[in-house]
Amino acid sequence: MPQMNMVQAINDALRLEMRRDSRVVILGEDVGKVGGVFRVTAGLFDEFGDDRVIDTPLSEGGIIGAAIGMALYGLVPVPEIQFSDFIFPAYDQIVSELAKYRYRSGGEYPAKIVIRTPVGGGIRGGHYHSQSPESLFIHVAGLKVVCPSNPADAKGLLLASIRDPDPVLFFEPKRIYRAAKGEVDEGDYTVPIGKAAIARDGKDVTVIAWGAMLYECLEAANQAAEQGVDVEVLDLRTLWPLDIEAIVASVKKTGRVVVVHEAPKTCGLGGEIVALINEKAFLHLEAPPARVTGFDTPFPYTLENEYLPLAHRILPTLLETARY
Amino acid sequence: MTTTLPKSDELSLDLYRQMHTIRRFEEEAARAYAQGKIGGFLHLYIGQEPIAVGASSVMRPDDYLLTTYRDHGMALARGMSPRAAMAELFGKVTGCSKGLGGSMHFFDVEHSMLGGYGIVGGHIPIAAGTAFASKYRGEDRVTLVFFGEGACSIGDFHEGLSLAALWKLPIVFVCENNEYSMGTPMSRTMSVEDVSMKALGYGMARDRFFVESVDQVREHLAEAIERARTLSEPTLVEIRTYRFRGHSMSDPGKYRTPDELEDRKKKDAVLRARAELVDEKGLKEAVEKLEAEVEEVIADAVRFAEESPEPGIELLEATTYSGEFAR
Ligand SMILES: Cc1ncc(C[n+]2csc(CCOP(=O)(O)OP(=O)(O)O)c2C)c(N)n1
Repeated sequence: MPQMNMVQAINDALRLEMRRDSRVVILGEDVGKVGGVFRVTAGLFDEFGDDRVIDTPLSEGGIIGAAIGMALYGLVPVPEIQFSDFIFPAYDQIVSELAKYRYRSGGEYPAKIVIRTPVGGGIRGGHYHSQSPESLFIHVAGLKVVCPSNPADAKGLLLASIRDPDPVLFFEPKRIYRAAKGEVDEGDYTVPIGKAAIARDGKDVTVIAWGAMLYECLEAANQAAEQGVDVEVLDLRTLWPLDIEAIVASVKKTGRVVVVHEAPKTCGLGGEIVALINEKAFLHLEAPPARVTGFDTPFPYTLENEYLPLAHRILPTLLETARY
Repeated sequence: MTTTLPKSDELSLDLYRQMHTIRRFEEEAARAYAQGKIGGFLHLYIGQEPIAVGASSVMRPDDYLLTTYRDHGMALARGMSPRAAMAELFGKVTGCSKGLGGSMHFFDVEHSMLGGYGIVGGHIPIAAGTAFASKYRGEDRVTLVFFGEGACSIGDFHEGLSLAALWKLPIVFVCENNEYSMGTPMSRTMSVEDVSMKALGYGMARDRFFVESVDQVREHLAEAIERARTLSEPTLVEIRTYRFRGHSMSDPGKYRTPDELEDRKKKDAVLRARAELVDEKGLKEAVEKLEAEVEEVIADAVRFAEESPEPGIELLEATTYSGEFAR
């Protein structure tokens, strides 16, 4: 199997699906001739032409609105928003319209689109190029939300997302676009939506994470191991619907849990995960569930390594929770 | 639609000094970026300097200015010190936003510079609001808001124009049309390439020119500012220009041919201003003297930025809410 980074794996998935299904179209800013600011759509314009890989004006509301209309007409649009921080001009279309088609048509008429967008910090982009807005979308019933942590999952999850009957927000952690590498099957395969993966087996504490922070959790887990704490790391992969069974199974095994995410703590996905654990596994808990997250402040330019829940911030919480 | 303004050698030298300062500032910023001393994104204004300097020179000090992430030139032209600007790029606490914002997010209350904005178009209705407020208070402050042609495709642009025309606000909308929205030429993103035409639908005054000199920018914008100040009427001004560097430092700019770039560099208004001063006016000595002074100022700014400390983590909470808040 060839080695790919995240960018190559996502590109591979798009190409494969566009060859297979002529309903699939891509639209967004600089996605065509330029191949995208992160080069994720490179080469697709040349292969599929400008009516399937569409350069749009700077117009997020237009991009998503038009994609919804295309979907209503039976196309399968995969729009790209250059950074998830720029998705808000389209938030109205996503919240008020996209999420609600299945419901308002009595369950018969979904608007099937997959919005791809880079997410998270790690490139010193400051407050407009670093945010992690996943919970703002999960809170809106009707949307599925995916965030892969490695190339093989990225490809399989994107193919699954495009073939899923519901609208999907596909968050791509930009910090590991090129840093995360691995073997990727060249053929057609999917990774199921709604299924977490155990990234590291352990028995003392469960850490729940996704995207770029997974690697920080693994690093912290290795450091904890040196101090005799055996950490299990769960990679959520799909943020909504949550794989609550996998979460509960792991918590039942360890009795201790730490959730890690880049987004601010308050009303972040970690809060929901902890609430569900309390509801479903309360009697198995041996320590208070903990969260290591971004701060309740805008994402700073300079203090990025303090703001992000990197290994140096995760480790103390892991040890504390393990020894509680 | 231009106003004839008095000209003197002294003024021409000063305008050149400002343009040269911006250019040298950004060349040094680019160097620091390449050395990893500046992180994230750095959008250079090189090629567009006559617009910031020309605009600022016909604004009153208390007139408001809002611009995009390509904001270093505007901030310096308004009077921000190169030290505060460079320190912000370096992410130091002595920067204009205490090092928390960085390149794209300059802010300078003292000079009525109400920010560089990273969400394209988002600042345009905000500028309509500042113009409303000065009208409401019976002040004759004018708001100038700058944006690229890329911004004209997003709803906020149209909402800002619509409000300003309806409410007859003292504002000048300045589109710095450098022909490219990131890597995409305007021919691929706009059905009508004359941006000033967008004013027609709102019944708004409009103006349009290809920038050749800082004097020309002054003349055109003075007219629009006058209309805003005395009649409280908005104007949309399209200035056709060109950026000599990539969209940001991480853009190699492969979507433009070297010939096109070379051709446009020949029309560099900053170099032409210099040539005019040196060759036509015989001011070589004065030009070289001011250039030497600018070198000092820029070197001092870099030194200052390098030596300044980073902001402490305690600043984050204090700059998010006005008081303490629960965790
Ligand atoms: C709402 C939004 N969408 C997309 C972007 C990404 N982006 C930043 S600048 C830019 C191009 C803007 O071009 P233009 O308005 O012509 O200004 P220029 O950079 O040429 O000065 C794009 C697409 C953004 N910052 N905000």
